[in-house]
Amino acid sequence: MGIRRYLDNIAPHFHKGGRLERYYALYEAVDTIFYSPPTVTGSTAHVRDGIDLKRIMITVWLCTFPAMFFGMYNTGLQANLAMADGAGSLAGWREAITMLLAGSHDPGSLWANFVLGATWFVPIYAVTFIVGGFWEVLFAIRRGHEVNEGFFVTSVLFALTLPATTPLWQVALGITFGVVIGKEVFGGTGKNFLNPALTGRAFLYFAYPAQMSGDSVWVPADGYSGATALSTAAQDGLQQLMAQTGWSDAFFGFMQGSLGETSTLMILLGAAVLLWTRIASWRIMLGTLLGMIATASLFNWIGSTTNPMFAVPWYWHLVIGSFAFGMVFMATDPVSASMTNPGKLCFGALIGVMTVLIRVANPAFPEGVMLAILFANLFAPLIDHFVIQANIKRRQKRLTLIDTGREVA
Amino acid sequence: MANTDTPTGVLTTPIFRNNPITLQILGICSALAVTNAMQTALVMGIAVCLVTAFSSFFVSLIRHQMPSSIRIIVQMTIIASLVIVVDQVLRAYAYDISKQLSVFVGLIITNCIVMGRAEAYAMQNGPVMSFLDGIGNGLGYTVILLIVGFFRELLGSGSIFGITVLPTVSNGGWYIPNGLMLLPPSAFFVIGLLIWGLRSLSPEQVETTEYRIRPNTSPLEAT
Repeated sequence: MGIRRYLDNIAPHFHKGGRLERYYALYEAVDTIFYSPPTVTGSTAHVRDGIDLKRIMITVWLCTFPAMFFGMYNTGLQANLAMADGAGSLAGWREAITMLLAGSHDPGSLWANFVLGATWFVPIYAVTFIVGGFWEVLFAIRRGHEVNEGFFVTSVLFALTLPATTPLWQVALGITFGVVIGKEVFGGTGKNFLNPALTGRAFLYFAYPAQMSGDSVWVPADGYSGATALSTAAQDGLQQLMAQTGWSDAFFGFMQGSLGETSTLMILLGAAVLLWTRIASWRIMLGTLLGMIATASLFNWIGSTTNPMFAVPWYWHLVIGSFAFGMVFMATDPVSASMTNPGKLCFGALIGVMTVLIRVANPAFPEGVMLAILFANLFAPLIDHFVIQANIKRRQKRLTLIDTGREVA
Repeated sequence: MANTDTPTGVLTTPIFRNNPITLQILGICSALAVTNAMQTALVMGIAVCLVTAFSSFFVSLIRHQMPSSIRIIVQMTIIASLVIVVDQVLRAYAYDISKQLSVFVGLIITNCIVMGRAEAYAMQNGPVMSFLDGIGNGLGYTVILLIVGFFRELLGSGSIFGITVLPTVSNGGWYIPNGLMLLPPSAFFVIGLLIWGLRSLSPEQVETTEYRIRPNTSPLEAT
């Protein structure tokens, strides 16, 4: 119990009147990472449960790990495959580290792929964490809030949605925008109406389209350019995509794309834990899935001779682009989603419908998940409002029935 | 609040203390549309300044002759005439800028600041003071437009008034321009941050809260 004793010893400095009073938020954050908070309800008529915001957030964070580790491996794999095909390696310290630890660019070696991918992902995540954490702590200290583990989730989700070659200063700018404009200006954790990670991602997407989309940003190899599965489907049609990437390859994630979004399998693994622990809402995921299936099927049925995206069936929509990642991790953010149960289904369905609509009908944006979720975030309070009004009306009616019944009797 | 009855007070209060954009949140639409370059922002600011000043002046001149039932129509006629004059002058002497500003010169008619000053100030005060009030509010509008335009042009195109400050990558320099800054929504962010900054500096500009969030209640039983 050395840590406990140490924390207790330094505690007086951080309390009111102490030397380091203004840094109480930091002390509290460290304390509650190691131990449960000291203020617990002791009285009756309370549900006592070990689950709290911190544990929820840490669980979500852990659930992204399969996608994260696979993302590192796959980024390295794609780069090494490109290099085997004749693309050059991007020199610099990343190359030095790869050579030091792995010694080769062999696409067949798990370790070589993983190390190369890690040299791209780890800096992005570190920058996200440090810069975003700085803002988080700054606002917490200034406002006297607690530093919240929600940031663990925001940072990892943000980092996983970026292309591997995103310049680090853009990463810093994006997470700054996401945390400050997406969350803190509205009052901090629990008061943001947009998903902060997606807000930062959207900022980068519109500010620096050249580094965030296109054919050459996904694979960190010199002189290599190749379309993502989604843009192949949009430009050359499903036949070409099937010839290039099999469905199972797309499902397992052996294709290029943003760092952590390629492998539907790994994301579903995280989803399984989230659903089993009931941390993420199954209603939102189900709604999103059904909305996507219905809209994709509708477009399949309509058909089009000029737009190949019309012909993409729902099981392809599921595995290409970032649909799975958005559905499992982004849409289920409990703060920016709808709160009521029927509302969650509607909210999810709206995301699914909008995603396919943007993917198929809008030529300007190849991927629609990000914009669809942000769009649905805006509608979440309205959906809740209607659900609550409907509930009030229903109960009012029941009340009138009872009243009239009494009069008759 | 500074004394708003003196000519200097009328002229300077709207610039920061009672700014039409950041405090009264008026004239936002044109502030979004014309601020992607400082030049257009400046011309737009001058145009609004002149229209507000002269419309307030003329409205104030005839304020005793105007039946109040048709005063809005009369004000609109005055404003519209002035806007047409401004539009024609721009087309004659600054055709390129007039093309960039496109419909937004014509839309000065619908700018809430112009109408708002005519209704709120010129209808109750003399012509000279109304004129100064119009200039002051126009200046307040122009200042915000220039600040927003400064950030949007600098970050979005790497230049100020068309003169390159940060050489962009496409021209062989090092600066990667921020594409978002060229899109109208970025003005929302800049104006929002500006309002945040202004209200932090002078807290009396903060609106009174519509409701208070209750502090965490402590259960009676536990105490």
